[in-house]
Formats: sequence, structure tokens, C-alpha cells
Amino acid sequence: MHFSSFSDFIAMGGYGFFVWLAFGVSIVAMLMIIGESLYQRKSLKHYVHDEVKRKARIAAMKDKQRSEQEA
Amino acid sequence: MWKWLHPYAKTEEAYKLSQTLLPWFGISALIALVAGFAWGLLFAPADYQQGDSFRIIYIHVPSALMSMGAYSAMAIAAFIGLVWQIRPAFMTMIAIAPVGAVVTFVALFTGAAWGKPMWGTWWVWDARLTSELILLFLYLGVIALYKSFDDKQQAGKAAGVMAIVGVVNLPIIHFSVEWWNTLHQGATISKFAKPSIATEMLWPLLISLFGMAMYIGYVTLLRLQNEIIRREAHRPWVIALMREDKE
Repeated sequence: MHFSSFSDFIAMGGYGFFVWLAFGVSIVAMLMIIGESLYQRKSLKHYVHDEVKRKARIAAMKDKQRSEQEA
Repeated sequence: MWKWLHPYAKTEEAYKLSQTLLPWFGISALIALVAGFAWGLLFAPADYQQGDSFRIIYIHVPSALMSMGAYSAMAIAAFIGLVWQIRPAFMTMIAIAPVGAVVTFVALFTGAAWGKPMWGTWWVWDARLTSELILLFLYLGVIALYKSFDDKQQAGKAAGVMAIVGVVNLPIIHFSVEWWNTLHQGATISKFAKPSIATEMLWPLLISLFGMAMYIGYVTLLRLQNEIIRREAHRPWVIALMREDKE
């Protein structure tokens, strides 16, 4: 272990602000793109489900119209 | 010889393969990045000139190197897409672009946060910094060009040409510290020479570098799957798949 105490570790020999700024912003940015990808996946899932339902509705409507015309 | 590759030209097979690979990339990225950062921040000795500020190297160098690595991968995918007309190739290209842009941003930002205490400025318009900024714009350009076409095969071709042309920037970034006068220091790790860094400092750097590569792979696979689902949304296998893992 290079540092003797936790406050030493946070201070980073006086460069704490720059070191933690660099690591903090980077890690947040790297996690944000993962979050965005997972959110995209979720909305795609909804989109696929909605499309299936929409197709089913259209098919049902066409069936209904056909049977009404035949009657 | 390359026949084993052919099934992956089908999106369904490509999706299955990415599903198998995804957890491996994710787990190794997490372990390597946590280990590399912790080792670099806690255990590596301080630099004799730069003190503890040099610890920014453990995120700066991996992100800067991998921003160029990801760009090469993106350009290779674009080339495969253009030459052999393999659809998952363009999908891979557009999956890499956003994570490549993020990693390039990380390289630029950590460089700025390192430059302020060491050079006394967040930014200078010198060759290394400017060419890396152009790399960020190339990534954003590929994304923007791809988004501006409704026909995604057409979009892939246009963005692919841009990605390939942009490769010219990679040697410029790499050699910028030798060709021009710059504030930026020379290469720390090079293929052709012994690394100019002590072993106790080198190991955590290599581990973070590996972790960064795995991270890019993980996000790429995640986004490749998204792209496949988006493009094949009406295929029965996608519908079945989406029904299967409905939360």
C-alpha cells in the first residue's frame, strides 16, 4: 500500500482534485453508455410487443370485415 | 478455411454468438478495470517527477490507446460490410461508434485533468490533442451519417466509407508526438521498444488496458444485439426471443 492513511489516499499528494475528477467523470461516462444501451433494449422490447399486438388487431379487423361482407 | 465464419453473416447466428460472448466480456472488463484501477491508485509507487498526479495514466493511456483500437475495429467492420456485403458487419460498425466516442471523450477529458496540474493548462491546440479531438468528431460523424439515412443498408455504406477514410487520422495521432513539437510526452508503451515505465507501474497499466478493451467489447456486443433487434423486429425469431425474456 502506497498511502499511510485514507485521507492521504483521498488527497493524492495534493493532486486529489484532478485525479478524482478524471476517474469520476470517466467512470460516469462509461456507465452512462451502458445504461443508454440497456434502456434502448427495453424500449425495443416494448416496440416488438406493440407491433405484434398491432398486427393481431389488424388481422382481427380484417376477419371481421370479411365475415360482415359475406353475411 | 474461413467457412466457419459464414453462418455469422446471418443475423440470428450473430445474435446467438454475441449472447454467448457477452457475459465473458462483461465479467473480465469489470474484474480487470477494478483490479487495474485499484492497483494503480493504491499500490503503484508515485512518480518521481509528477507525484501522485501520474495515476491518471491508468485511465488516460488505456482509453487513448483503445479509442484508436476501437476505430480500427470499426473501420475493419466497415470494410467487410462494403466488400462482402455482410449485413452484421455494418451493424457492428454502428455498434462500435458510440462506445468509441465515449472512450475518446474519456481520453480527452482525463488528458485535460492531467494537463492542468502538469502543464498549467487544460487544453492546447497542439498536434496530439487536436488529432485526438478529430477522432472524436470522426466517431460522431459516422453516427450522424448513419442516422441521416432511412435505408440502413445505404446508411451503412455511406458511414462505412467515412469510417475507412478516417483511418488516415490514426497514424497522425500516433506519430504526432514525434512529427511536431508538443507538450505531450512520448509513448509509454510501444510495440517496438522497451516500455519507458517501471514494472511496478506497468502491470496495473496493462491490466487496465485489457479491461478497457473488454469494456469496449461488452458495450459493442450489447449495442450490436440492439441493432439486430431493431433491424429484424418483424422476424419470427426476434419476436419469439423478445417474448421469452419479458420481465
